[in-house]
Amino acid sequence: MKLSGAEILIECLRKEGVKHVFGYPGGVVLNIFDVIYGQKDVELILTRHEQGATHAADGYARATGKPGVVLVTSGPGATNIVTGLATAYMDSIPMVAITGQVPTSLIGNDAFQEADIVGITRPCTKYNFLVKDVADLAKTIKEAFFIATTGRPGPVLIDIPKDVTVSKTEFHYPATVDIRSYKPTVKGHMYQIKQAAAAIAKAKRPVIVAGGGVITSGAADELKELAEATKVPVTLTMMGLGGFPGNHKLCLGMLGMHGTYYANMAVHNADLLVAIGMRFDDRVTGKVEGFAPHAKIVHIDIDPTSIRKNVRVDVPIVGDVKNVLKDLNKVIKEETQESWGAIRKAWLSQVEDWKAEHPMAYEQDDVIKPQFVVEKIWEITKGDAIIATEVGQNQMWAAQFFKFIKPRTWISSGGLGTMGYGFPAAIGAQLAYPDRLVFDVAGDGSIQMNIQELATAVLNNLPVKVAILNNCYLGMVRQWQELFFDKRYSSTCLVGTPDFVKVAEAYGAVGLRASKPSEVEPVIREAIKVRKPVFMDFVCDQTEKVYPMVPAGAAINEMLLRPKDEKPAKKRLKAVK
Amino acid sequence: MRHTIQVLVENKFGVLSRVSGLFSGRGYNIESISVGPTLDNQISQMTIVTSGDDQIIEQINKQLNKLIDVIKVTDFTEFEHVEREMALIKVSPKSEHRAEALRIVDIFRAVIVDSSPKTYTIQVTGDGKKIQAIVDLLKPLGIKEIVRTGKVAISREGKTAG
Repeated sequence: MKLSGAEILIECLRKEGVKHVFGYPGGVVLNIFDVIYGQKDVELILTRHEQGATHAADGYARATGKPGVVLVTSGPGATNIVTGLATAYMDSIPMVAITGQVPTSLIGNDAFQEADIVGITRPCTKYNFLVKDVADLAKTIKEAFFIATTGRPGPVLIDIPKDVTVSKTEFHYPATVDIRSYKPTVKGHMYQIKQAAAAIAKAKRPVIVAGGGVITSGAADELKELAEATKVPVTLTMMGLGGFPGNHKLCLGMLGMHGTYYANMAVHNADLLVAIGMRFDDRVTGKVEGFAPHAKIVHIDIDPTSIRKNVRVDVPIVGDVKNVLKDLNKVIKEETQESWGAIRKAWLSQVEDWKAEHPMAYEQDDVIKPQFVVEKIWEITKGDAIIATEVGQNQMWAAQFFKFIKPRTWISSGGLGTMGYGFPAAIGAQLAYPDRLVFDVAGDGSIQMNIQELATAVLNNLPVKVAILNNCYLGMVRQWQELFFDKRYSSTCLVGTPDFVKVAEAYGAVGLRASKPSEVEPVIREAIKVRKPVFMDFVCDQTEKVYPMVPAGAAINEMLLRPKDEKPAKKRLKAVK
Repeated sequence: MRHTIQVLVENKFGVLSRVSGLFSGRGYNIESISVGPTLDNQISQMTIVTSGDDQIIEQINKQLNKLIDVIKVTDFTEFEHVEREMALIKVSPKSEHRAEALRIVDIFRAVIVDSSPKTYTIQVTGDGKKIQAIVDLLKPLGIKEIVRTGKVAISREGKTAG
């Protein structure tokens, strides 16, 4: 039987096991939406902005490991998803975005709602397609899902002209894909793995630096086995949080610009770094010349371009992290006879000294400290929650003070640093796991960037808990202005912020406010109790800063720590009532 | 250092822009690029001349390999190979210099592919240095227009990396 392009698309999604598509309709995708209307297998979640749809699909993908799917119209619909694609691309998140396009006969004509989205998204997708013939559609979709989810995952875009959605052809969904020019290396080279094992056995001051690749490849258990067997402390990049239990004795927390003192000191003084599924981002390394100056570097990554891009590498291993760690653990078990406890004793005690010297701390006085809110969420949920964040101070405090135990519980825009990401991403995660607690740790700035998605949360009964750390500022930028721009607060004071409680109520969600530290816990408990989306407005200390901080251009051991005499804010915030 | 890199790619629309976008997006330099068909009509061949230190060249090779449509990347700089470039040069010498122009054509084993009462169009093939040399000699006679193909390269038999 012949099917139309629109029917083929939905049939393909069904075959790929796609249950939810995040999207927004428009002129050239009417035929596709019409097919969606008549069936039950693939549910379309209507967001209130196409950007929200991409972040929701991204959050869905990060929470589940399955590709997120987006469907939008041509022109402005398509350009609105660019930020979401770039966000997913930077963080290697599998996503398939389907955009409508003007009919093939009009392409290049500056037609109504035409945009060259394949051209626009070429640098921010792993691959993209323009399907000009309905006969190619099924094969293209199969390839798109294959490319998005294999190797180093990423977003793939399929641009489908309107006439292709209408034309009919025999439907045949290929069972397998073979792309001769795309064969990711998933198995690590055994010789290199043995070199790595030998380096670990020989090292006096080793540190494991684990990143998002551990989450992507599902290698948390293998990582734990490696760390525990060889007694090597583990620090995580922001993308790696949850890849190693945050409450583990060997865990040093996050490293880098706002990493812990002890993680940065350990990396700086290490004689061996075992870098696993991470890419030495500038927020991790600080000044590259001063990064881990004494260390030999073993680098495991599935993407060869990540290796030796930013730092020198002594033992490169290209492969899927899980496979490589399995092999590495095996080699270590069979071929090394070190008494690990004894050879690590001095180093681990040095690390403990650093922990004691400058633990992650803040002082809670009579104004709510944002860190206090994050810690309370951790205490109340006992860590059993999915935490999405926006970008800025809220994100860093969440990363520093919530101890992530399990993979895929931390959902945050790392590479691109997209404000407005967290709330729709939390919605996507909540859709995937309706019965789990999902929080979005937000700032008063970021939450306003996709606040319209409250309607999506309310209408779909997605009880996301948004904790707004409201300091009336774009806090992270303000922090830089305070420290490095002589307190000239250019455009960072957010006068005119709405009453978030009322905003929530206007959308049919629940709004709560805490203005004193004593109100924080009751507000969080109340929010968890109601089965509805909640905005919690925490009126926080305006001047609180994220410490430690590695200033731009400094090495990561040159951290600014909280000054001993720092006074809490004198000016009290007026709560918006 | 200058490198000549051969890239075999799928013959699809948009591939050239993926390759050139990779260079521009990461701030790498393309000195010349030439694209043509191969014996297999599904595969095109690109010859890219670029320059950079070892770390940049390594990244260029890896990044090219990472592109989904790229089948094979060969850095010819590591192997014995032959490089050629072609130029079409339109000169308009004064009448007293027309004979001199023909002599230069002769010396460089170039050919005249078009002539008019006022101009000669000269076709010359060789490596970059040879092209530059003939250009330098013709310049004083008056070059009206010049078109260069960019380099193409082929490995010498038995000396490839396979």
